[in-house]
Amino acid sequence: MSDHQAEIETRRTPGRLARAWDSDLAYSFRHAPVAMVSAAVVLILVLSALLAPWIAPYDPFDPGSLNLMNGFTPPGQPNAFTQETFVLGTDDQGRDVFSTILFGMRISLFVGFSAVLLAMVIGVVLGLLAGYLGGWVESVIMRVADIQLTFPAILVAMLIFGIAKGITPPAYRDQMAIWVLILAIGLSDWVQFARVVRGATLVEKSRDYVQAARLVGRRPFSIMIRHILPNVLNPVLVIATISLALAIIAEATLSFLGVGAPPTKPSLGTLIRIGQGFMFSGEWWILLFPALTLLALALSINLLGDWLRDALNPRLR
Amino acid sequence: MSALIRLEHLTRDFDVSKPWLNRVIERLPKATLRAVADVSLEVEENSVYALVGESGSGKSTIGRIIAGLVPASDGVVEIDGVDIVSGDAARIAEVRRELQMIFQDPYASLNPRWKVRDIIAEPVAVRGGDVSGLAERLLEQVGLSAADAGKFPHEFSGGQRQRICIARALASNPKIIICDEPTSALDVSVQSQVLNLMSDLREEMGLTYLFISHDLTVVQHMADRIGVLYLGALVEEAPRDRLFAAPKHPYTQMLFDAAPRMDAFGREVDPPKGEIPDAINPPPGCPYHPRCPLATERCRSEVPQPRMIGETRVRCHHAE
Repeated sequence: MSDHQAEIETRRTPGRLARAWDSDLAYSFRHAPVAMVSAAVVLILVLSALLAPWIAPYDPFDPGSLNLMNGFTPPGQPNAFTQETFVLGTDDQGRDVFSTILFGMRISLFVGFSAVLLAMVIGVVLGLLAGYLGGWVESVIMRVADIQLTFPAILVAMLIFGIAKGITPPAYRDQMAIWVLILAIGLSDWVQFARVVRGATLVEKSRDYVQAARLVGRRPFSIMIRHILPNVLNPVLVIATISLALAIIAEATLSFLGVGAPPTKPSLGTLIRIGQGFMFSGEWWILLFPALTLLALALSINLLGDWLRDALNPRLR
Repeated sequence: MSALIRLEHLTRDFDVSKPWLNRVIERLPKATLRAVADVSLEVEENSVYALVGESGSGKSTIGRIIAGLVPASDGVVEIDGVDIVSGDAARIAEVRRELQMIFQDPYASLNPRWKVRDIIAEPVAVRGGDVSGLAERLLEQVGLSAADAGKFPHEFSGGQRQRICIARALASNPKIIICDEPTSALDVSVQSQVLNLMSDLREEMGLTYLFISHDLTVVQHMADRIGVLYLGALVEEAPRDRLFAAPKHPYTQMLFDAAPRMDAFGREVDPPKGEIPDAINPPPGCPYHPRCPLATERCRSEVPQPRMIGETRVRCHHAE
């Protein structure tokens, strides 16, 4: 939440928005219990992910601290051999599930935020160009967007992931996996931003304040950035929030399919993939807890996005 | 007195064709809309020239062409002796500084995310001029308070916003201001305040206005010279008093008859006959002939050319 808020704040250029607008949003927030609960859940999850190195009882990335004897310890019960107890149990390699979830969430959130940021930058820039310049620029950008929309986003992401993996040297693959993941999800998700920004830009472009700026000789790029961008950010903010949930799920899906985060740096999706191997052999906790965390994270971000969409839409007020 | 704005045979066509693919499939020809048809006029320095006409008569398009927001399709547009259609780019940029515009809708012509200070100073700031204290000074000049500079547009009423627009238009010290229906979005009580402010500023600063309006009472109050547009063509042009005393073109006569008048409250008025024709398929000959009571065979086939009757220039075969 704190990262996201900071990103929003800088994008809206502080001080330019009337205080009344802020308090409208705050008022609406105070009267939306779902939004408040979602925000609390998101806040707790993000904070615990950020603070994972300090609050996690174990370091799941340090092979030296792992004890294979601790493998498959059920949650809350002492291990039969070592008598150690783990809140949410351990996986096959004796890694503490609670700690892997905290560290996994870090990766999931990092990939999610970065991918959305990438998609947002690409989408907003292309949407502004298409909407403001029109003509063949618009045709090219929007046709590419249309074509990309005919493929499922996850397929596009897998394609990009596959290509990127093919061209990175094997030695760096695990290291690069996270960045490739961000690139793949970001590139598969820019279309919505571009479409919405283009639509909003068309509306703003026809307004006379843009004509007034043209009249005094302001350059097109300056008009796009100084005049139009601040006026199209509300819908971008809403899509960014909902995209964040989708990006986290996309990352989990890719990792679940084994093409995402490597087992040495597991995200929530990787953890679920590891866990599903033990689902039918009785070690349910290895799957259940990462899955529940992913559910809580994606659901509350989504609900927050829904509320934001309603709160920022003047027609619903 | 010299002509500050000169239009010669100005024409503007808009492409209103369907997208290329639809045209191919539906076998449609390219369609164009002639928004401005062969308009010639001159605006004297330090005067107010009013363009009147119904919606869709092309009056705003002429304003926007002069402002350089819409390119001309054909003809000559000269501002202060500089041809802005085909002239030298540096001189065009120079002459454009002398021109400003006030728009119709004061709710759309101010960026809602900008502070009033930045809005007013924009014309100067864009060109790298000194803007310290500029907005405050202009706000007081247009009858607002210097303290308003730190506010956002939504904190103002329509009339106040139009004053902000006027302040912005004055910021770069222009010679010419194109006023595109500046009062038609305002309450009648506020209209007169804004109009009086504009008149006062014109006298103080020696401005030239091109005043675009459909409101004859406003035009009568403001204008020195009036041009009447019908379907993109200038059908009649005369000094204000001439035009109001003796309108020559049947269209102008019809406009005057149709306008509401306070001094003849309750009078019976013949409603205007017919509607403005489709500009994509304009009628042949005189564009007004389908609605004109004087129309003859000649009007249906031959486009009338402008001719002078006294001080009035009129495009009609039958006017006398």
